[in-house]
Amino acid sequence: MFALRENRMTIVAGALCLGAFLLFVGLAIVALLAQTGGTDGSTLFDAYIWRVTRFTLLQATLSTLLSILFAMPVARALARRPRFFGRIWLLRLMALPLGLPVLVGALGLIEIWGRQGFLNSGLRLLGLQQPVSIYGLFGILLAHVFFNMPLAARLFLAGLERIPAEYWRSAANLGMPSHALFRFIEWPVLRGLMPGAAGLVFMLCATSFTLVLTLGGGPAASTIEVAIYQALRFDFDPPRAIALSGLQIAMTGILLLILRRLATEPQEGMTGGRTMRRFDGSTWAARLTDGAWIALALLFLGAPLVAIVVSGLEADLLKLVRDGNVHRALVTSAAIALASALASVTMAATMIRAAKTVVSPRQTGPAARGFAGAIGASTSLILLVPPVVLGAGWFLLLRPFGDVARFAPVIVVAINALMALPFVHRILAPAMATHAARSDRLTASLGIRGFHRLRWIDLPALRKPLLMALSFAMALSLGDLGAVALFGSQDMVTLPWLLYSRMGSYRTADAAGLALFLGLLCLIFTILGTADDNRRPEGRKA
Amino acid sequence: MTEPSTAMELSNVEVRFNATTLHFDCAIAAGGIVAVAGASGSGKSTLLHLVAGFEEPDRGEIRILGQNVGRLAPSERPVSMIFQDNNLFAHLDVATNVGLGIDPALRLTGNDRAKIEEALHRVGLEGFGRRLPPTLSGGERQRVALARALVRHRPLLLLDEPFAALDPGMRAGMRTLLSDLHAEEGNTILIITHHPDDVKALADSVLFLDRGRIIAHDTLSRFLERRDNAAIDRFLGNV
Repeated sequence: MFALRENRMTIVAGALCLGAFLLFVGLAIVALLAQTGGTDGSTLFDAYIWRVTRFTLLQATLSTLLSILFAMPVARALARRPRFFGRIWLLRLMALPLGLPVLVGALGLIEIWGRQGFLNSGLRLLGLQQPVSIYGLFGILLAHVFFNMPLAARLFLAGLERIPAEYWRSAANLGMPSHALFRFIEWPVLRGLMPGAAGLVFMLCATSFTLVLTLGGGPAASTIEVAIYQALRFDFDPPRAIALSGLQIAMTGILLLILRRLATEPQEGMTGGRTMRRFDGSTWAARLTDGAWIALALLFLGAPLVAIVVSGLEADLLKLVRDGNVHRALVTSAAIALASALASVTMAATMIRAAKTVVSPRQTGPAARGFAGAIGASTSLILLVPPVVLGAGWFLLLRPFGDVARFAPVIVVAINALMALPFVHRILAPAMATHAARSDRLTASLGIRGFHRLRWIDLPALRKPLLMALSFAMALSLGDLGAVALFGSQDMVTLPWLLYSRMGSYRTADAAGLALFLGLLCLIFTILGTADDNRRPEGRKA
Repeated sequence: MTEPSTAMELSNVEVRFNATTLHFDCAIAAGGIVAVAGASGSGKSTLLHLVAGFEEPDRGEIRILGQNVGRLAPSERPVSMIFQDNNLFAHLDVATNVGLGIDPALRLTGNDRAKIEEALHRVGLEGFGRRLPPTLSGGERQRVALARALVRHRPLLLLDEPFAALDPGMRAGMRTLLSDLHAEEGNTILIITHHPDDVKALADSVLFLDRGRIIAHDTLSRFLERRDNAAIDRFLGNV
């Protein structure tokens, strides 16, 4: 921060990252826009596109509503029961869907709710003939709630756990009854978190690709993203893909704007570590409702996961392990995940540092503010251009240069890296800010610079968030289907793509085995990333 | 070595913030302990940050031992600084933290290690070399920071409320240690403090700041007798 030459290098590196980022996204958008000239405008407004748009918004709204409505009582029950057997495991279970490849989750849900699933078998035993169908709107909602309810619940829980302990003591001292506690203490916190949480969930559901692709039932239940994919891969109708992409960008843009106005950035605290003493909720009624909500959440989230493990173990795992296709897919997936995670983390760290360097604590010029602002905005603006849209742009851009599959590895790595950027940024930025506040003056006054600074000061202190960001980005890339779906070919098959094609060709046993495999892989990365530092300092005081 | 009689000099230094402008003019004689006092927001930390190189003046000149330090990076200035907290890197052991004062790239020789041990001995922390900072008490951590300042041998030592997080018993111990080390080293010390006790026990002279100006620069005894300024009265408790 205080060494001029190093500062200049940091800023240049940050500018290069930002430039590369803008170029990659910009070219894709230009490619999409440039080709709109060929359309006569009628495709923009045909009935199919409107139906798809309406459905996208409808399912996102319902998914958000259901997720939030389910998340709130679960969060409240968990907050009110700070200590019960297995609580920490339930919290970990709730963190799992976020890192779980979407396809694996979908498969688990099919095991429970599908035609041959647990639920319908039970219903048939009871003599009911009309099975519950997981395909179509119901399945999409179910899956979105499965993935997003825990996310919202964790955000709410973190908020509830941030309530100062004195509040509960004063409330107990005043003898506030349960409904008053909710109204005056819990609800204000939840209401404050609501726009952020709901906005985030809505955004995730509106841009959901894989779930809709697997669970959507044909054109009646298709979202814009899936329609883009189908337009390019099946109908080969670029004008329609372009129109849909424009629509998607406009929709996510409006959503982001609304989010910006509504929400303070949701903070996901490290929940579950702190034990909070609460004095309410000791009545039987409270215990029963809390217990019921917790059990319901456990069942809803746990059953599909158990189903994945059970049916995965029933698959012929040995055959899968020896299968050359699986090997190739595994190596491809691992290489893509590692490359994109490294790219994402390096880029985010460089840009964060550059933005911080350029904005000195006092008197910052408009150019510097603009640069830092651009960096801050770019990491969230990437949400504006979902992977499928980005992929569609590059698909059209590269088509004149021959088979697009040739460029697949680079493009998929780049798209995956950018996709992870907002999350990586969210993990790294606060950690890097704290670290800088603690150590910048100290390292400057001791003259620790460059490589030595990286080796002795920055990397050890930031090891945890860096690992967390890396593993998160890897898990995200491992589970990605959007980028691969457009560019994948015989020569580049990733694990999710292999899983998807096995599901499609009704080799369900194979699919279950692969899903277990992929799920475990992501789980391992998540555990590696969030593992606590267990090294004990030597000579620790007794 | 003949030391110049002025350790540092701020002439006509101005720092503009959005709402206020700070203005400093002072010369500090070499070899003493100067207490820097004043209400919160009066500019004490900014004053030290200017000298250490964490803040750039918008106008004026800063000289340390006669040398204009305006263009020098913080580590190139003949200055060591100790903050209220976070003086140590929590993931590095005590000896390594002190070693960073000898070589910021941590290429340490056997001779250097002996120096580290000696410095730890002088601050009363022999045998603490392998401990990690989080296992130490607040006072012990500040002692390690002092040990690092010792191995750096910079003629000017700046302390920004170094005892603020310590309990009264520890404060007294740290004061004694600081004045003992000062007697041995003969360096110049500027120390920010909120406590009249610290001022009385440690300082030879006092710089008193009010709203971004140095309003008093007196020897200790003259300062303690002053009754002409409301801010100083409040600080000394002569209400």
